[in-house]
Amino acid sequence: MGHRDSYIPFWRDVRFLRFFSQLLFLLIVAGVLGYLFQNMLQALRQQGLVLGFSFLRLTAGFDIGETLIPYDRSSTYGRAFLVGLLNTANVSLLGILFATLIGIVVGVARLSRNFLIQLLARAYIEALRNIPLLVLLIFIYSGVFLKLPQIRQALHLGPIMFSNRGVFTPWPFPAETYPTYRLILLAGLLAAAGVGFLLWREGQKTGRPPLIGFWSLLVWLIFASGGLLLLHPFRLDFPQIEGLRVVGGRRLTPEFMSLWSGLVIYTSAFIADVVRAGIQAVPKGQVEAARALGLNGFQTLRLVVFPQALRVIVPPLTSHYLNLTKNSSLAVAVGFPDLFSVSGTILNQSGRAVEVIALAMSIYLSLSLLTSLFMNWYNRRIRFVER
Amino acid sequence: MKAIKARGKLVCGVNGQLPGFSFVDPQGNWSGFDADFCRVLAAAIFGDATKVEFRPLTTQERFTALQTGEVDVLIRNTTWTLVRDTDLGLNFTVTTFYDGQGIMVRKDSGITKLEDLNGATICVQKGTTTELNLADAFSTAGLNYTPATFEDINQTYGTYAEGRCDAVTSDKSQLSSVARGALPDPENHVILDVTLSKEPLGPVVRHGDDQWLDIVRWAVFATFFAEEKNITSANVDQVKASTTNPEIKRFLGLEGDLGTKLGLSNDWAYNIVKQVGNYAEIYDRNLGPNTKTYIPRGLNSLYTNGGLLYSPPFR
Repeated sequence: MGHRDSYIPFWRDVRFLRFFSQLLFLLIVAGVLGYLFQNMLQALRQQGLVLGFSFLRLTAGFDIGETLIPYDRSSTYGRAFLVGLLNTANVSLLGILFATLIGIVVGVARLSRNFLIQLLARAYIEALRNIPLLVLLIFIYSGVFLKLPQIRQALHLGPIMFSNRGVFTPWPFPAETYPTYRLILLAGLLAAAGVGFLLWREGQKTGRPPLIGFWSLLVWLIFASGGLLLLHPFRLDFPQIEGLRVVGGRRLTPEFMSLWSGLVIYTSAFIADVVRAGIQAVPKGQVEAARALGLNGFQTLRLVVFPQALRVIVPPLTSHYLNLTKNSSLAVAVGFPDLFSVSGTILNQSGRAVEVIALAMSIYLSLSLLTSLFMNWYNRRIRFVER
Repeated sequence: MKAIKARGKLVCGVNGQLPGFSFVDPQGNWSGFDADFCRVLAAAIFGDATKVEFRPLTTQERFTALQTGEVDVLIRNTTWTLVRDTDLGLNFTVTTFYDGQGIMVRKDSGITKLEDLNGATICVQKGTTTELNLADAFSTAGLNYTPATFEDINQTYGTYAEGRCDAVTSDKSQLSSVARGALPDPENHVILDVTLSKEPLGPVVRHGDDQWLDIVRWAVFATFFAEEKNITSANVDQVKASTTNPEIKRFLGLEGDLGTKLGLSNDWAYNIVKQVGNYAEIYDRNLGPNTKTYIPRGLNSLYTNGGLLYSPPFR
């Protein structure tokens, strides 16, 4: 027995083989990617094209139908990208918000003991989850929003105008007194914080937690509504037809409405099922214990079931949020100028296929990673802490 | 060029949704002005006008498809501009159709001139020179408008037909061609008497193959030249048998070696005229008075008739 017997040549050493096989795999992957990249560069060289992002500073020359920031034909390609990015972010955030709200309601309804409600929720989930989103979007666009009446015969529901040019709603715009009102809101915030602090100290002294949130909010609301009544800081602007266009108010285009509602309806059906699964994952004993403590149905849901269900819900919810953001690139089918649609135009007008596609892909990747980062942080926060 | 010959057929990038220019019928037969120019090239290369594979492309795909070699030539109502000629690595050969951008509105809208369109919503196809000219024209005139842009040609006109837009803008040829096809009530629409831009359309090839560029260019000139000399698909055999004109003899390959210089057979021009026809025949077949997509020849006449078509000498 000795050194000689335990000696294993390196090509039979498991540790070396593991390391070596992984290294080999990595090299192969890098080699394939490198080859593809070289191939692309060579093809570009043959056409006399050079890679580079300096074109982003050139004048775009085209107009975009919907922008959240000032933009016109003399803006740069870079700014056009930004317009697309903001449109994507806007529709995604609003989509996520409403899809979550509807998803929770439908998910809870799916577990209702009322047969009719349960059936309706079930039909909603099964029908919408199983229609391809693109079909749904095109149906909503050309079957619903484009079929609304022409602008001159617009449908008036109260102050809201429906037409195939879009949905027009009155919108509060800041008036001259708005800067003063902003100061009042700030003062209200300070007062609310003060009240909150006093209550908290009181609570520390007596050991009885007071309703800090409620009272602080009340104080702030008194300031806010008082200022609103005294100063009239907002001017309510009503939409009116003037020549060929509608002025005043706020306009939601059929393209935006179609994309947004399509994404909300589609994603909410998935979220509803995730919520149902989460609620069902909470052991029955928990509900029975809550009932035994004398909590009513809503309290049971809010205080006992939901906090525990969230731990099951959040990870799959994250992936549905990511899907919604990525699915928003189907905007191109209904003519909404989102990031992908604007990228397509930029690609065509500038001819910079490689750069534009690379940029669009990395922006979507960043958006998804950011969403995931936030949701993972939230997931850690609500995680069950073992005591 | 070698690749095309080795493949045995020409891959031609076309629009595919534009009756009169390139359109595929339910039986899968391609027809149209642009499609016929694809056939002109096939006749020149292979002596057989049927050796064409048509590849329908959207405005978004067209340049990438040409740059990557997916198509050999792009004959897809593509406007010749400086940026496309240089930055995109393309070569524009010859203009086969001189067009201009127009605006179509509903007759009952009461719109008769550009100024009436202040504040209007205008449907336009994404990624076109049309989109840029529209922005230029309205900003020059100091007018406001909102563009509604779509990727697909049918969606652009379909949305306009639904009344989503006050007007739709494109090349005039496209407006009159599609108006008849895509709109349910073409008689209720009118093309305004304004021209926003020059739109020279013609075959495009990519940088890097000068011989191929020469072939495309001279194949198009051959159709002009045949019209100048009144050589048609019907009389070409008779002309070939009886002509004493040395230029026509060179053209038809009876004298000299013009075809060989291009890397083609010497009867290349004969094949073009015999199998597809001269420019006038191609035009009349697709856009003439007896078609559903009639467009007066206007600028697209021979220079001798006040048009812009002019062939360099065949020598």
